[in-house]
Amino acid sequence: MSESITLTVNGRPVTVPKGSMVSAAISRAGVQAFRTSVSGRPRGPLCGMGICLECRVTIDGRPHCRSCQIPCCPGMEVQTDG
Amino acid sequence: MGNPSFDVIIAGAGIVGAACAAELAAAGLEVAVLESDMVGSGATAAGMGHIVVMDDSEAQFALGRYSLNLWHELSERLPASCEYQVCGTLWVAADEDEMEEARRKGRYYSRHQIESEILDPQALADAEPALRPGMAGALRIPGESVLYPPAAARFLIDQALQQGAQLWVGKPATELTGGRARLADGSSLAAGCTVNAAGCGALRITPQLVQWVRPRKGHLAITDRYPGLISHQLVELGYLKSAHASESDSVAFTLQPRPTGQLLIGSSRQFGPADSSVEAPLLGRMLRRACRYLPPLADLSVIRAWTGFRAATPDNLPLIGPCPGVDGLYLATGHEGLGITTSLGTAKLLADQILGRKSEIPAQPYLPSRMLKKETLNLARQPLRPETGSHRDTETQRSEGLSDSSLCTLRLGGKS
Repeated sequence: MSESITLTVNGRPVTVPKGSMVSAAISRAGVQAFRTSVSGRPRGPLCGMGICLECRVTIDGRPHCRSCQIPCCPGMEVQTDG
Repeated sequence: MGNPSFDVIIAGAGIVGAACAAELAAAGLEVAVLESDMVGSGATAAGMGHIVVMDDSEAQFALGRYSLNLWHELSERLPASCEYQVCGTLWVAADEDEMEEARRKGRYYSRHQIESEILDPQALADAEPALRPGMAGALRIPGESVLYPPAAARFLIDQALQQGAQLWVGKPATELTGGRARLADGSSLAAGCTVNAAGCGALRITPQLVQWVRPRKGHLAITDRYPGLISHQLVELGYLKSAHASESDSVAFTLQPRPTGQLLIGSSRQFGPADSSVEAPLLGRMLRRACRYLPPLADLSVIRAWTGFRAATPDNLPLIGPCPGVDGLYLATGHEGLGITTSLGTAKLLADQILGRKSEIPAQPYLPSRMLKKETLNLARQPLRPETGSHRDTETQRSEGLSDSSLCTLRLGGKS
């Protein structure tokens, strides 16, 4: 059994295997809209490799973090804007 | 079968050409506009879109104030896409010398019917809390605004089209004379007169402009969305004295809040490069300067940086009026970094000359014929670099406009 990590997504605890990206934790929390576009449309991960910038969320108070590029850490607080 | 004939053919559908087209078409003339790339490209797309009155000279101030008032009048009709916002300008003073300049500038503006207000250090900190503590103060010009220039150019072209003007995109003029415009495919269009309003592209169409207009490269960067960080267009008061009087590469702090919450960061000025690529060392200098004025910037993400070319003249005034030596050809270029603001005033002055109307402000300071005086040219000739011929290169219109280093996400500085 691989080591697991617990963090929060929109205040709710989520547990994922160590090495998971934040985007995976958000998906596991059941959130589909990671953020909202300028025109108010829902947005979520597209490329999964840090290029499309669609998966940005606020991590530990810092806005516009690319969740597909950042590994989960214990106790991380993730906030989506979808 | 004859070619169509127009009263006026305008080369360039940037904001200046678009404003001229709207003004001339509204006066009842048959207008055609030739654009090599797209409406509102070139320097119009690259610039910040700050509607600002500068006072380097009385003539510069007069055209700026005239244009600012025209923008105010037009603003009610501007569509939402133009993102016109009267956010005001803050000229930020870093020290007591600059504060003295702020007071002088404020007195000058007030004397000439532009509202202004001096902010002491506390009032400045209250107005823009993200600025570095310890600033000497600022001059606030509450009536100035920002907009999105390509959309404004599109609006002005649409105004012209509604009055019956014709627009040809992808058909650049290669030569303009009084009676006709020659196109790249060898054909030509007949006209009563022609107008070269192609920004730096004007050099390619009217080669004698090489003596009078030099491309001046600039960089800009835009951040991701961080709403509420600043509320005014910020400009350092050193803008005039430190940066832009100089012949060498220079940067000056200017920062604009966009309606999306994005921040537009400027500025740089360079004579010489014909290459539109983003230059990391200069971009770095520009961003570091911005971070010194507004420390929280260091923790934000820049999503894009690009360059553009301003059409600069030796006396920092545009060329508006008949082109010496070519009967029937008018010029409307050389606006350097003020073309968005002064486009509307330029259009009025140009139309007044073409139509024989009396102009609201004296047109004489902007007449191209001043370039025939040696002393005007000497303003630029003193410290010139050896390779001033570089702008003879027939740059494509595209390279005069946006150079998009797409989605280069930069972290401006380390997180503390």
